Amino acid sequence: MEAKRYYQEEIETMPLEQLRALQKEKLLKQVRHVYENVPYYRAKMEEQGVTPDDIKELEDLSKLPFLTKADLRDAYPYGLLGMPLSDCVRIQSTSGTTGKRVVAFYTQKDVELWEDCCARAIVAVGGTKDDVCQVCYGYGLFTGGPGLNGGSHKVGCLTLPMSSGNTERQIQFMMDLKSTILCCTPSYAAYIGESLKEAGYKPEDNCLKAGIFGAEPWTEEMRRDIEKALGIKAYDIYGLTETSGPGVSFECEEQTGMHINEDHFLAEIIDPDTGEVLPEGSKGELVFTALDKEAFPLLRYRTRDICVLSRKKCSCGRTHVKMTKPMGRSDDMMIIRGVNVFPSQIEAVLLKEGYPPNYYIEVDRVNNSDTLDVFVELTAEQFEDTVGKFSARENALAEAIKTMVGVKPKVHLVNPKSIARSEGKAVRIVDKRKLH
Amino acid sequence: MSIRQLTVFVENRQGAMAEVTGELASHNVDLRALSMADTQEFGVLRLMVKDVDAALAVLREAGHIVNVTPVIAVKISDTPGRLAQALSVLDAANINIEYLYAFLTRTEKHAYVVLRVEDNDAATNALVSAGFKLVEESDIQKL
Repeated sequence: MEAKRYYQEEIETMPLEQLRALQKEKLLKQVRHVYENVPYYRAKMEEQGVTPDDIKELEDLSKLPFLTKADLRDAYPYGLLGMPLSDCVRIQSTSGTTGKRVVAFYTQKDVELWEDCCARAIVAVGGTKDDVCQVCYGYGLFTGGPGLNGGSHKVGCLTLPMSSGNTERQIQFMMDLKSTILCCTPSYAAYIGESLKEAGYKPEDNCLKAGIFGAEPWTEEMRRDIEKALGIKAYDIYGLTETSGPGVSFECEEQTGMHINEDHFLAEIIDPDTGEVLPEGSKGELVFTALDKEAFPLLRYRTRDICVLSRKKCSCGRTHVKMTKPMGRSDDMMIIRGVNVFPSQIEAVLLKEGYPPNYYIEVDRVNNSDTLDVFVELTAEQFEDTVGKFSARENALAEAIKTMVGVKPKVHLVNPKSIARSEGKAVRIVDKRKLH
Repeated sequence: MSIRQLTVFVENRQGAMAEVTGELASHNVDLRALSMADTQEFGVLRLMVKDVDAALAVLREAGHIVNVTPVIAVKISDTPGRLAQALSVLDAANINIEYLYAFLTRTEKHAYVVLRVEDNDAATNALVSAGFKLVEESDIQKL
């Protein structure tokens, strides 16, 4: 029997007109749900003079106010909740600026739909119930592990809930239990590839056929490296905690962009400066409206990811719109080893630890793994005449940054006034990874 | 009895050390002794100079991080084993030495050994009671 090509064929290959009608029906219902249950968003609508009655067509979406990460922080923790807490069964969370995290809530139905999205991604790379799916995204508050784990269950794969790290054990299970699908960040996939080689394995020695890699930016070149090192096809997956997690969009066998699960997420591309909706094919900021989410029903959420949408017919038969890999950000967020890092978080740590806010950040990728270097101007108060004490200070600062952002940097203390002052907005980040 | 040492932060890059010594040279600051401690990341330069206040002003003006560290220095006669005796005196008094460096003098038959300890007074007492002579800032200036 030929393997199933789609997890939910009817939805995934639905003719555009029918898909539009479905989206419209869901949107009208969702706007009313939010208006009635989320006072925070209702106030925003009232401020703009919009009521659910003004939303009659998909095109009316642009009348609705945007939500941003700042709103999520303002409304933390319960302000954007769309259901009674007693109906919620789960939270997931991302690290956020200045210690405040984004917390997303899920009802059981929300979890089911999210897992369906991940299941679609797994089937799209050839996954069936006969596969062994090794999930080495982090488990816990991070959405990567729980999302792919749930999707893998839905497809019926034998699921290996490895979580991240302990590469020796990853390789042992991969070889002994004959994993066929690998789910992790692309940089970790590359690292596993190197570790396999170091352990004396050739690419054809493992049973892997496909990998689903996301949560951080990666290039076509990196895709080819990973495919070669592991002897697999490598597929991209996209998502963010605010909209559920991975599986908002995913790559099919064509590997030419990620199909957005449009029955659940309505996508727009806007001009990040004016907020104006741009015509299809334009490059701009991706905005999502969750059509089915009950507990955390974000409307017009600005992702800050810059990309292009395309409705070009796909050979896989899916009709859902495809997005390019994010080509950049409309804010200064960096994704380092899969972790979202804002310069303002690092700045907050410097101030708290008594350093001046004169710093710059250098991000690079060495052997397919991200490096984070923070250059900080030293003050006389922080200086010690013994090397041991001074090194301890440097290390304490690196640890404090790690506690805040989740990634341990290499800290370089430099002379005062040696970091260039620029007029206006300071250039604080040098990203040498050339990912876009 | 402590004397003042200048402690200068030196970035780990080519020419950083030359900048510091160059600043001092261009302002005619006389160096009496120096010691450099370094890691892969940075260097800590410790200086004994003839005119501490002038050197401090010069380096701060040039934008360097400079601290004044009170240290003690002990005169060690030029006989084998004398330094070991001084250090065993400190050890007996339970005084931990963070670092030390030594320099010879032209005028006296002594080496001067600079000592960085937690408690200068305790170290001074221990050494003086054992018959050692300590260096004063005026001794440094006279060199």
